[in-house]
Amino acid sequence: MPEIIDKNRWLIGAFVLVGAALALLPLVASSYTISFLLLMFANVALATAWSFFSGATRYISLATASFFGIGIYTLAITHVYIPVGLALVAAAVISFLVAIVIGLSTLRLRGVYFVVFTFGLTELVHQVINWWEIKINKTATRYIFSDVSNVTIYLTLLAVAFITIVGSWYVSQSRLGYALRAIGEDETVARHTGINTTWVKVLCFALSASAMALVGATLALRYPYIDASIAFNNSWSFQVLIAALLGGVSRYWGPMVGAIPLVLLSEFLAGTFPHHFSIALGLCFVVIVYFIPGGLAPLIESYWYRLRDTLRTKKAATA
Amino acid sequence: MILFEVFLNGLLLGGMYGLIALGLNLQYGIARILNLSFGEFFVGGAFIAFFTIMLWKLNPFLSAFISVPIAFALSWLIYRFMMVPLIRRAPDQDALDADAVLVTFGLFFVFQGIALVNWSGDLRGYSYLSVPVHVFGATIALNRLVAFLGACLLALALYVILRYTRIGSALRAITIDPVAAGLVGIDVRKHSALVFAAGGALAAVSGMLVSTFVSFSATSGVEYTLKALIVVIMAGVGRVTGTLAAGILLGVVESLGGYLIDPALTIAINFALFMLILLVRPTGLFTRA
Repeated sequence: MPEIIDKNRWLIGAFVLVGAALALLPLVASSYTISFLLLMFANVALATAWSFFSGATRYISLATASFFGIGIYTLAITHVYIPVGLALVAAAVISFLVAIVIGLSTLRLRGVYFVVFTFGLTELVHQVINWWEIKINKTATRYIFSDVSNVTIYLTLLAVAFITIVGSWYVSQSRLGYALRAIGEDETVARHTGINTTWVKVLCFALSASAMALVGATLALRYPYIDASIAFNNSWSFQVLIAALLGGVSRYWGPMVGAIPLVLLSEFLAGTFPHHFSIALGLCFVVIVYFIPGGLAPLIESYWYRLRDTLRTKKAATA
Repeated sequence: MILFEVFLNGLLLGGMYGLIALGLNLQYGIARILNLSFGEFFVGGAFIAFFTIMLWKLNPFLSAFISVPIAFALSWLIYRFMMVPLIRRAPDQDALDADAVLVTFGLFFVFQGIALVNWSGDLRGYSYLSVPVHVFGATIALNRLVAFLGACLLALALYVILRYTRIGSALRAITIDPVAAGLVGIDVRKHSALVFAAGGALAAVSGMLVSTFVSFSATSGVEYTLKALIVVIMAGVGRVTGTLAAGILLGVVESLGGYLIDPALTIAINFALFMLILLVRPTGLFTRA
């Protein structure tokens, strides 16, 4: 472990610096900026968590909204009885357990079957919870009584995004990361090289699900009330998927790069022209597949290398 | 008696599911493109039928003369200009599936967005042939019966085409093995484009038929795409003949389940059935093991 830290000390330093700067931002920034940035962090964390599992293994999951919603509901139900911090932990744990059950039963499905299954899963959970709330609880909505300030939510989401990115980077360097990518390349070969593919898939699926639930639970603190259609909104699944693909799933920082322009776009379009936002999102899908199939990250990386090389040759020429 | 009526309604509804899924199974089973914007063609057909009766005061079934050519041409263009490049570059079916899913998801958003901008998200519906008919003592609406008969007729026509015509044998050959079909002189691209377009046209027709008895909105498409997919996977991808039967099974289970458990849980019941089949027989009910 120390070797991996030593080799990347510049990267880690940069991470810590940016994180610290963002953490101090609420001292000077307006409340609008804070609200906007916390949404950004939420999207970055979701896209990174999605890519952590789906990007590496190529199991395209549309279950993001399910786990996000499980987080929201866990918080809404438990925050009345236990402290908010504990409720957040509960959200992550419950989502982790649910993801293990789902993973064990569905991760043998490949390709389209898995996509359809995860897409339907959100609809299923949505309907069952809605039915439960109306039939058993006699009310479709739950109120959230929280006095947590926007700045605290901002800091929490910053921490979640930070942990997700660093964790995703760390795992991508580890044996587990190699195992995940091997599954993405060819699952049969991966199994033959001695990787316990079921265990790797289910564990990573559950880890990614608990990060999603954590984001959902934290964002829920901002809502005055929730219901099943707010919590289990499929558009979260799509937006996260497209952010990750736009940025590129082959680099751990790719989803972050993709999430930023999408949040900006939704900030400018979704409020005033929601239908046009949906059209723009659709065109994004098409453009990505035809023109930038690897996402933005590899492009940025190659520009960066070219820039560095020209700088180096210039330096060498002057020396 | 009520149970029989519920069963009959499920049967009629299931016929519709079967018809919708037939279109998708042509596209996914034969042309090998999973089209997630499929439901938008359905909604387009429903809207054109709605405008035909409400704006132009004509028989809604006449709308097929507008919606079928549009859906056919649009699907053909999508296959020819958007899917063929993907097929060319895809190393295998898995990679093609992933690309096709993303592109057609994009198209789904674009079509739905355009529909919402132009027609708003309001629920639409009209009343046509909504007179009660008595069948074996049970009462059902005439429009449902007509739609069901239409579905059976179309399924039969499709079966005859696939079974007894030259183009049908070519299509069956492509279903079994597109590469080998090409080797024996079948123009796979041309036939696939044709069958993909026919699938889109079937979606528009089923939208027209369903719109006579179910209200719909610009956002209904995805629900039908999902149901059609469930039916296709239940029947087996490429098993055109089993599709109608699988649709009827889904309709009956949904109807009986909704009546016996709770009507608010129909999607959950559909989905439970789907999961069960995926886990027990992932290749579909009507495939030879």
